[in-house]
Amino acid sequence: MGSIIFLAVLVVVVGWLIGAYNGLISLKNQTLNAFKQIDVQLKRRHDLIPNLVNAVKGAMEFERSTLEAVIQARNQAVKVNATGPEGIKQISQAENALSSALQRLMVVVEQYPQLKATGNIGQLQEELTSTENKVAFARQLYNDTATQYNTKQQQFPTSMVAGLAKAQPADLWELEDQAEKAVPQVDLSMKPKV
Amino acid sequence: MSDDTSLNLFQQQEANRRRTVLLVIGFVAFFAWLGFGGDYIYYLSTRDAPSTAYHHGFPWFGIALTVIALLTAWYAYATGPEKVLWSTGARAVVDPTDPQEQQLVNVVEEMAIAAGVPRPRIWIVDDPDPNAFATGTDPLHAHIAVTRGLLQLCNREELQAVVGHELGHVKNLDVRLMTLLAALVGAVALMHDGATRMLRGGVNLGGGGGGGGGGGGSRGGGKKGGAGPLLAILLVVWILSWILAPIITQILALAVSRKREYLADAMSAQFTRNPLSLASALQKIEGAVAPTAAIKRGAAHLCITDPLGRRLTAREGLFADALATHPPMAKRIAILRGMGYAQLKKEGGGLA
Repeated sequence: MGSIIFLAVLVVVVGWLIGAYNGLISLKNQTLNAFKQIDVQLKRRHDLIPNLVNAVKGAMEFERSTLEAVIQARNQAVKVNATGPEGIKQISQAENALSSALQRLMVVVEQYPQLKATGNIGQLQEELTSTENKVAFARQLYNDTATQYNTKQQQFPTSMVAGLAKAQPADLWELEDQAEKAVPQVDLSMKPKV
Repeated sequence: MSDDTSLNLFQQQEANRRRTVLLVIGFVAFFAWLGFGGDYIYYLSTRDAPSTAYHHGFPWFGIALTVIALLTAWYAYATGPEKVLWSTGARAVVDPTDPQEQQLVNVVEEMAIAAGVPRPRIWIVDDPDPNAFATGTDPLHAHIAVTRGLLQLCNREELQAVVGHELGHVKNLDVRLMTLLAALVGAVALMHDGATRMLRGGVNLGGGGGGGGGGGGSRGGGKKGGAGPLLAILLVVWILSWILAPIITQILALAVSRKREYLADAMSAQFTRNPLSLASALQKIEGAVAPTAAIKRGAAHLCITDPLGRRLTAREGLFADALATHPPMAKRIAILRGMGYAQLKKEGGGLA
């Protein structure tokens, strides 16, 4: 009788161990995959920017500095050759700088309705909005998945299996620092942003 | 919020898998009952016939109907999404031609990234009424369709929220159950029409047979006393089943879909982090009076808002809960606003 109870407890414990271990591994791979998604979207963005700048260069002679800031930030971001979640700090710094440069460009475009009306600027703007959103959503998915993964491996009793599954807390994709977070200055004498 | 919805997500996925299997089993069992029940009635009614007349021994009807039901269920599962899209006259967006379509494609791609699912195929229904639906069997084979009216009515963020809602249905496998149900409802309606025509001849024959059986029962008296009443009851239930088949499938379609709209709304809010945009989209859709002409009864439970504009949708209570495909719009909007303001408050608190 005693051995049967012991056996039953053993089966339950081993079953739980397997479940917890597999759960952690699955979350780990999901986190890695979510990070790959960010990479894909960042690559897309890097490829899009030269085209974008070329298209608006003629129409935006007067905003040369904004465009140059975008190009510079883009080249900086491409140069970062860190990969994987370990290099997340480096990558996110460069990419956040690029994000804010692009944001400034978008604000500028918004300010000149006549610019939006000419040719395919409106289309490019849509493309840019979409690219920025894609990067943001990929980041959001990564952060959500990584948070789930981190919580799981720190919570008791799953935390006991964390070492076995070689689970390490994944770094989250941080928001830009306060200076970059500041809203770009908008001249209110122009048409207000809709 | 995220933890809560992800827990709900797994429960919902599990429930949808289970219900899909149950639906198929129920469907096949129902047809088996129709077939074998008919066989049994025919057997009882021919049992006492003179030895030169036909005796119904082998259950041909039962086997035939069961096989037909199995084939139908398989066919409905395999081609359901196609059939639903075809019935609404949707056309696929492969190469977006105008800015509106381009925006739709972009928005769907963005939401697919946020939801972590592959990009579904995109369809447009040329109907001026704003509406949207999703169909498919799993996230790898999913379709999202929106009406032209929705593209014109909603701004980018609202469109995003609506697409997020539909992707919520895709991700938690609502689409599998709902599409199968739509396809089966259609199949039952079709078969019912065909069978009623056949049965009309059959009922005359069956009625004659039943009378004969009853006569046999009373004549055989002590030998087979139970056969007469049993036969009559069986016959009544059996004929009722035939008549009720389409109604039962309709009620099934209605009963499964109310609660899942709330969950899909919550998932949209989780993807966009902007519940207020879905609230304003729903309000705009609600404000558009016309029913969606292109979307027929069979696919109504797939849509973001009831395309038939039924008044029951606006009600609450047991009756409405059981019989309306969609929850009241006012309640959905109120819940989303609640989420939105909670979020604003939290952010405001963080800044202060």
